[in-house]
Amino acid sequence: MSDMEENEGGAEKVKRLMIVNRKAPYGTIYALESLEVVLIGAAFDQDVSLVFVDDGVYQLKKGQQTKDIGQKNFSPTYRALEGYDVEKLYVEQESLEVRGLATDDLLVPVEVLPSAKLGALMEEQDVVLSF
Amino acid sequence: MAVLHTTNKSPLQTRDLESCLRLARPGCGILLMEDAIYGALKGTAAATKLAEAAKDKQLYVLGPDLAARGFTAEQVVPGVKVVDYGGFVDLAVEYHHVQAWV
Amino acid sequence: MKFGILVNEGPYQHQASDSAYQFAMAVLAKGHEIYRVFFYNDGVNNANKLVEPPQDDRNITQQWSKLAADHGIDLVVCVAAALRRGIKDEILAPGFRISGLGQLVEAGIEADRLVVFGD
Repeated sequence: MSDMEENEGGAEKVKRLMIVNRKAPYGTIYALESLEVVLIGAAFDQDVSLVFVDDGVYQLKKGQQTKDIGQKNFSPTYRALEGYDVEKLYVEQESLEVRGLATDDLLVPVEVLPSAKLGALMEEQDVVLSF
Repeated sequence: MAVLHTTNKSPLQTRDLESCLRLARPGCGILLMEDAIYGALKGTAAATKLAEAAKDKQLYVLGPDLAARGFTAEQVVPGVKVVDYGGFVDLAVEYHHVQAWV
Repeated sequence: MKFGILVNEGPYQHQASDSAYQFAMAVLAKGHEIYRVFFYNDGVNNANKLVEPPQDDRNITQQWSKLAADHGIDLVVCVAAALRRGIKDEILAPGFRISGLGQLVEAGIEADRLVVFGD
């Protein structure tokens, strides 16, 4: 490794890192643990995009009340992402429509993309993580 | 920048492959592995979708997963290439990056 | 090329860890390098040294430990995911180390390819 490449925390290289979420929250842990990766990715100054497809769109549903299932409501964390400079949140239009959802149902502002555009965005990434 | 998409669950049982096909762009690669190999077999309801996808995408199925489940290359939909783990590695190198549909 | 591998499922319950292991071996056989194997979600359970399958079945944890020993592969288990599932230093199999999620992001940055094995 040359002196130029020496760094702490990989801050020198910036990659386009996309995290794809396709699973609903609470039924499995993937939604919660995927969010933790997003926060770390931002801390490493990477170009992070967060994508919600299929049941993943339910992660952003407003009004989650988890007391009676005994789990922690982690949905406020999506609102905190902006403070971590994670502003690229994309939702697949078809996934919303098939579930009868609109952006009004979501707890954060997102960019809604039709399948072809989202697919093209996926192609532009350097690294894609899926949980 | 062509992507190698991977799916691992049976498309007769889940919608992973369906979503992958909806979002994958022409010119990309799609590898069926683990239980997704059932999607590569002739004579199933999934076969027509796959034959359609083969028109503008490169389709692959993981041979060891086919064999484990009792199927041979002869039973695979034409146009889907059978590869082993070494072939999987080569594909990962050939495509720009790998996207798993889990 | 340098490969990063992410394993998101535990041993035996899903094929993910087996697939990742076979892939890892193929990476090395093809003359490439493995930058890191990162274990997340239930994948942290692959690091449990107490794993005891039947005699005639593969020991997934030991396979990973042996790969690490034979080829100097870095096997990293996410600390938060590990704690949640009770995977601690005292039951960690040889070759594994517990560290932060930053190691996964770093693998994404430093490797040429990152391949995810999950369900």
